[in-house]
Amino acid sequence: MTPLLQISGLGKRFGGFTALQAIDLDVQEGERLGLIGPNGSGKSTLVNCICGTLRHDLGSVRFGGKPLDGLAAHQRTRGGLARSFQLPRPFGTLSLAENLRIPILYAVNARGEGGLAGPAIDARCRDLLAEVGLADKAHRLPRDLTQIEMRKLELARAMAAQPKLLFADEVMAGLSHAEIDEIIALLFRLNGQGVTVIMIEHIMRAVMQFSQRLAVLVAGRKIADGKPADVVRDAEVVRAYLGE
Amino acid sequence: MGSVPFALALVCVAAALFAVGRWLNISYAFFAAYVVVQYIVLGTAWNILGGYTGYVNFGITAFFALGAYSSVVLYKLVPSLPLPIMMVVGGIVAGLVGLGTGYLTLRLRGVFFSIATLALAVVVQTLITNWDFVGGARGAYVLRPRVAPLIGGDYIQYLFLLMLGLCVIALTTARAIEHSALGYGFAAIRDDEGAAEASGVPTLRLKLIATVLSGGFMGMAGAPLPYYVTYLDPSSGFSLNYAVNAIAMPLIGGTSSWLGPVVGAVLVGGLQEYIRVTISSAVNVLVAGVLLVVFVVLAPEGIVGLFRRRRR
Ligand SMILES: Nc1ncnc2c1ncn2[C@@H]1O[C@H](COP(=O)(O)OP(=O)(O)OP(=O)(O)O)[C@@H](O)[C@H]1O
Ligand SMILES: [Mg+2]
Repeated sequence: MTPLLQISGLGKRFGGFTALQAIDLDVQEGERLGLIGPNGSGKSTLVNCICGTLRHDLGSVRFGGKPLDGLAAHQRTRGGLARSFQLPRPFGTLSLAENLRIPILYAVNARGEGGLAGPAIDARCRDLLAEVGLADKAHRLPRDLTQIEMRKLELARAMAAQPKLLFADEVMAGLSHAEIDEIIALLFRLNGQGVTVIMIEHIMRAVMQFSQRLAVLVAGRKIADGKPADVVRDAEVVRAYLGE
Repeated sequence: MGSVPFALALVCVAAALFAVGRWLNISYAFFAAYVVVQYIVLGTAWNILGGYTGYVNFGITAFFALGAYSSVVLYKLVPSLPLPIMMVVGGIVAGLVGLGTGYLTLRLRGVFFSIATLALAVVVQTLITNWDFVGGARGAYVLRPRVAPLIGGDYIQYLFLLMLGLCVIALTTARAIEHSALGYGFAAIRDDEGAAEASGVPTLRLKLIATVLSGGFMGMAGAPLPYYVTYLDPSSGFSLNYAVNAIAMPLIGGTSSWLGPVVGAVLVGGLQEYIRVTISSAVNVLVAGVLLVVFVVLAPEGIVGLFRRRRR
């Protein structure tokens, strides 16, 4: 079976700085992949390149067998990719419910089949907010939220696009133990509905509990990829995390 | 309220205003009211791009004067052409120029876009000043029929009626946008363009739609100008007044809803008219400028925003 996401030889530079180098990564449909790496190793940059927020310089990305090169970010979202922003980027003048309305109107409804209208949209926004525990703030503005709540809003907005593949970029940072368990359960539920999930996270407990497979980025290179239990014992990974 | 009942309500208000004017039958009232209604249209047009999507257009006079000079050209070619048709043509010309400049400039963010629109105004003014067919720097005369077609009475009544009609269309459009998917897309662009793209919003296409609508309405508002002033030269067609007022009025009234430009235009336009009669027209720009500064500092959400906040 062709993988849902195929990345080959992907490279990205910022001026003279190489942020990503020759990344190869395949993700199968329905998989739960953990993506870890030290700060600044290029995890978010990889998400940005795949989702079209940034343009990569080298290599290719294929999604569902089709090349993504040249597609604008909104076309990739409509095609079934969705991501949360690590630094939350809510629509500041719209209420939380309206924030979720945007991907419903512009990603879900743009796909043609199964579009939502009127009250169905309101109901869907309410359900999504309830899933991340923000139901009682549906009519508040993002500026009334804490940084942690904004991360939950990011996740809900990505889910609202009804993606085939979801990137959760550090949505759990700062959450309490119980809240982390809730988000993990939520991501498991999504995965159970057929959504492929790539979890980027520094909280190892969450990554280990969630991932079927683990990939490790260090300084823009993929240094390990395999069964989570094996990867965390890998000498190179240990060195990257704990220092020499 | 749906768009159709809203439009009908506006038509009733407009008809009532016009009836009062007819009953008063003071030419001056029509001349003054025309200006205010023209500014409602200009402010609404500016707000569709500037308020809804957050792209600040400084090149209002380019679009407005394109409409006015389209009418001059049509007047020279086919003097008998009805004015409503000239308005449509002026709107199409300005809308197309909006599409073109939008395509070239909308990749620019923030202040760079604004500077590009300012440059557009300079370019269009230079071209028209050097175009002899429309009178160049000397200006052009347009003979206004003495009697209004269809409705009879003074011709200014006809001009006012057309501007009222345009105003109804502009406000209905603006309000329909606010309540539609388009309005949500515009708001997403205004708040965070990158996040909007990531949510599936085709940002470039939406911005082009906004520019075409905005430019088109400005052009339509400018089209009757030659008949209003009867003598049009570049310094009056490209007057700073239009640019300052079209920006100041929505900002003072509030940019988040269709009502803002209306409140701003009636207030500022009314005040300017009062001062023009009692003191001098030279301070028009000053009035708008000072009020603009006061509001930007003290009430950035405008008058409509002040009332909204109080209600919460
Ligand atoms: N737009 C940009 N321009 C220049 N450099 C950038 C840009 N975005 C990221 N970088 C740099 O690229 C490197 C990788 O950043 P990235 O955000 O992808 O890391 P990360 O793995 O997500 O880290 P973290 O775990 O802290 O989120 C960093 O050194 C960062 O400074
Ligand atoms: Mg990151």
